[in-house]
Amino acid sequence: MTSDAFISIRNVDKFFGKFQAIDDVSIDIGHGEFFSLLGSSGCGKTTLLRMLAGFESPSSGEIYIDGQPMSEVPPHMRPVNMVFQSYAIFPHLDVRDNIAYGLRKQKLPKAKRDEMVDEMLELIKLPGYGDRKANELSGGQRQRIALARALILRPKVLLLDEPLGALDKQLREQMQLELRDLQRTVGITFVFVTHDQEEALTLSDRIAVMSEGRVLQMDSPTGLYERPSSRRVASFIGTMNFFDGTVSGVNGTSVEVAAEGLGTLRLDRRETAVAEGDKVQVAIRPEKLGISDSRPEGEGGRIEGTLENSAYLGERSHHYVRLDGLEKPVAVSAQNKENAIATADRARPIWLSWNEESLVLLAGD
Amino acid sequence: MSSESYIRRPNRPLQVYAIVFLIVLYVPVLFIPLFSFNDSIYVRFPLEGFTVKWYVELFHREAVWNAFMNSVKVGAVVSVLSTALGIFGAKAITRYRFPGRGPLVGFIMLPLVVPLIIFGVALLVLFSQMGVPLSLYTVTIGHMIVCLPFSIATLLPRFEGFDPSLEEASADLGENAWWTFWRVTLPMVFPGVIASLMLCFTVSFDEFIMAFFLTGTQPTLPMYIWGQLRFPQEFPSVLALSSFIIAASFAIVFVGLWINRGAHVSTIKGD
Ligand SMILES: Nc1ncnc2c1ncn2[C@@H]1O[C@H](COP(=O)(O)OP(=O)(O)OP(=O)(O)O)[C@@H](O)[C@H]1O
Ligand SMILES: [Mg+2]
Repeated sequence: MTSDAFISIRNVDKFFGKFQAIDDVSIDIGHGEFFSLLGSSGCGKTTLLRMLAGFESPSSGEIYIDGQPMSEVPPHMRPVNMVFQSYAIFPHLDVRDNIAYGLRKQKLPKAKRDEMVDEMLELIKLPGYGDRKANELSGGQRQRIALARALILRPKVLLLDEPLGALDKQLREQMQLELRDLQRTVGITFVFVTHDQEEALTLSDRIAVMSEGRVLQMDSPTGLYERPSSRRVASFIGTMNFFDGTVSGVNGTSVEVAAEGLGTLRLDRRETAVAEGDKVQVAIRPEKLGISDSRPEGEGGRIEGTLENSAYLGERSHHYVRLDGLEKPVAVSAQNKENAIATADRARPIWLSWNEESLVLLAGD
Repeated sequence: MSSESYIRRPNRPLQVYAIVFLIVLYVPVLFIPLFSFNDSIYVRFPLEGFTVKWYVELFHREAVWNAFMNSVKVGAVVSVLSTALGIFGAKAITRYRFPGRGPLVGFIMLPLVVPLIIFGVALLVLFSQMGVPLSLYTVTIGHMIVCLPFSIATLLPRFEGFDPSLEEASADLGENAWWTFWRVTLPMVFPGVIASLMLCFTVSFDEFIMAFFLTGTQPTLPMYIWGQLRFPQEFPSVLALSSFIIAASFAIVFVGLWINRGAHVSTIKGD
């Protein structure tokens, strides 16, 4: 394990009977990092988090936290605290007792304890809520109580299982900002589970994209978005246009690809190891494509197509352009600046353009 | 248009049925208190006048008090022990997955359907084989068998109704299994515990068949009543005593059910 990793998940497998929920996962998470596990429903995010908390044990592999192997450490002895998907606020206790629940062993005088709770209530912006009953709280308030209840113990790691899942959009965005602020203020390591890619991109330092119990790619939000390593990651995060192609020439660091619809492309790329004749895919994000009525000048690639369909969204428009030799139209997302092109009332010719750096080369599926 | 929803609309035949059902169930029982206030040692119509002397007389009989205290002692011990066992049983059934769980639950519920006389005889044989003298202790053991299914049946919905992640949250916040039980599990199921205590107490207090086989020299209250039935002149006192037991049992069961109301509703969930 690397020395600066605070949490180190080493080759962990988890079987439920014959079903493999986690398949050879290795992740290193640094101190003070905001790390997200992103994946669709049932891909094993909660299972992985529960193994970190100690509620499930790995079938094989080992988890280290702060250098200590965790396999023999029961949940109540681990330096981690969890915010549950259902919040798990104790309904028989009021807010104050909920937040102070974990302080029993510290045997603090009541005044000190109350002071700490008040501090926490301040932090989560619910001052004066100490005497409320658990069932007199809104979803967002419960979520913050659950957070305070974990934070008051100053854990080294906070595990959050889709904590914002139950909130409406507005509250969710507000809580995202608060979470991020909080994480910077208290400086502890967050492991955050979500199936919302936008949320993961907004909040995280790094993201592991999971699918069927495996980690597909682990990178920073920009890295994942700009340099996805596979078609699955690329289509899971944001929208992406894919073009099938064949490598027609490899010349040092540059690759020549004959891509369907786009013609021959030259890519100065070396991340993906390819050889001549390989089936590959070339991908580009809709917002990286330029669109114009006349033939664009300058460097980069360009191609003429037919504007089939447009959707005007105010700030930006989505256009769908048909290229010769392609079944699916290409999606283009253009900001509506003053020179915005008119939306399509009927099919008409249009030009697409791109920078060579925006093209992503993916190994063929 | 009425504002009542379809499902809440009054249903006349159903109401009539409910009333008839209650009458058939309870009217025979109501004759007991009725005749206990009758100023005659014969149970027959017409009633001869109102009196409370049968009740007053009860208070002056030491044997009644002894039997009463025996029943209270047995009832108290039985309710506490059965409920304690019931708590662990219900927790094991709801929280752990183990083979043979279904059959086990059925097995625990057996005393509800197997005639108690079978259990009574079996225990009597067992105790006499082992040379255990019959006493209030043997009655207590017999009653625990009778009460355990009631306790489990009362507690199971409570355990099923609350989110297991509450117990995990407690462990996550640093409490071991023991403290988690005291600080989360027990408070969550507490209304069920009270209900189980009360139900087990009444079941034990009213129980006759087991007591009949397993009582030694000290009778429980139902055994005492049984003994008094041989003497016609004692019958009104028996009626008075029975009325008292009926009233007390009703009260305890109702209070217990009231405390345990809403065992499945969201108030005991984690969210
Ligand atoms: N206790 C269990 N027994 C058997 N299978 C389980 C158990 N817990 C989880 N699984 C299975 O493991 C897989 C991963 O489950 P997990 O709860 O980790 O998914 P998730 O990624 O958190 O999904 P979601 O986003 O829906 O919460 C699922 O297919 C699930 O059915
Ligand atoms: Mg989950």
